[in-house]
Amino acid sequence: MRRDIVLRVIAKILIPFMLLFALYVQFHGDFGPGGGFQAGVIIAASIVFYAIIFGLPATRQLVPEWIVESMVASGVLIYAGVGLVGILLGGNYLDYFVLDHDPVHGEHRGIFWVEVGVAVTVSGVMLKIFYMFAGRRRDEDNG
Amino acid sequence: MIDVLLTMMAVVVFAMINQRNLFAVVVLGGIYSFLMATVLVALDAVDVAMTEASVGAGLSTVLLLGALYLTKGEEVTEVRRPLIALAVSIAVGAALVYGSLGLPAFSDPQAPIHTHVVPRYLNDSPKETGVPNVVTSVLASYRGFDTLGETTVVFTSGAGVIALLRRRRRSREESEK
Repeated sequence: MRRDIVLRVIAKILIPFMLLFALYVQFHGDFGPGGGFQAGVIIAASIVFYAIIFGLPATRQLVPEWIVESMVASGVLIYAGVGLVGILLGGNYLDYFVLDHDPVHGEHRGIFWVEVGVAVTVSGVMLKIFYMFAGRRRDEDNG
Repeated sequence: MIDVLLTMMAVVVFAMINQRNLFAVVVLGGIYSFLMATVLVALDAVDVAMTEASVGAGLSTVLLLGALYLTKGEEVTEVRRPLIALAVSIAVGAALVYGSLGLPAFSDPQAPIHTHVVPRYLNDSPKETGVPNVVTSVLASYRGFDTLGETTVVFTSGAGVIALLRRRRRSREESEK
């Protein structure tokens, strides 16, 4: 599909809006539907869309494998780290109200970082699984 | 509305069972997920509908197509009729239907799920967390440990796929040496 100019142009127009929508779902999840999981999947889906149109090697240059692999682990670490910060500031594990002087603001801050962690891990795992499946035939041909 | 959607889902399932072309089965699976997402929108569960549409109809369809690329496109017909599998499926399905008879009636306001902790979440969540979307506050704050566990499950599944697919590649390189 790499030669089809219509698909290439449409993809280049659509992908920025998909990523923007993912950010909207992520950061507006407190007020409307959505949250970390959905945003992570939409980010992964937009990059998978790019890979389908422009091919896997171009996508691996755009989003290198080491970034994806570190995303898989760092999301869980961000989430668990929010819990540890709660302990350091004098609360229990995953207590958010100690994160700020105002307990409500602390809750808001904790939820924000927890959702960031979920989004990072989910998009990393989805992309990694896609890379692994999509790259198999090519590796067999080379090896 | 929901009855019509559920009937369409049943029709899609029978089409999937009868279809031997796996490409068509994957596409029908995507249609099934979109119908499921529409049912969830009709039930006002927009967050879950979003997840179902993006994961079920979006990414898993792509992953299944990727798997299909590595295999043949036609389902192999069974030589023997899988009677034991059919009997087990029917028995489990019947047990589940029997279990669902004990559930409270659909959208019954007196059901235990609506009288236990839900009133507290709905009343106090905006004051306690400052987050208007109760789904988000329950998921990330009140049930933070559960969500940490879920994120770990997602991480573990990713790590499992990496471990499985990578070892195979390495062993092939070693066998060539």
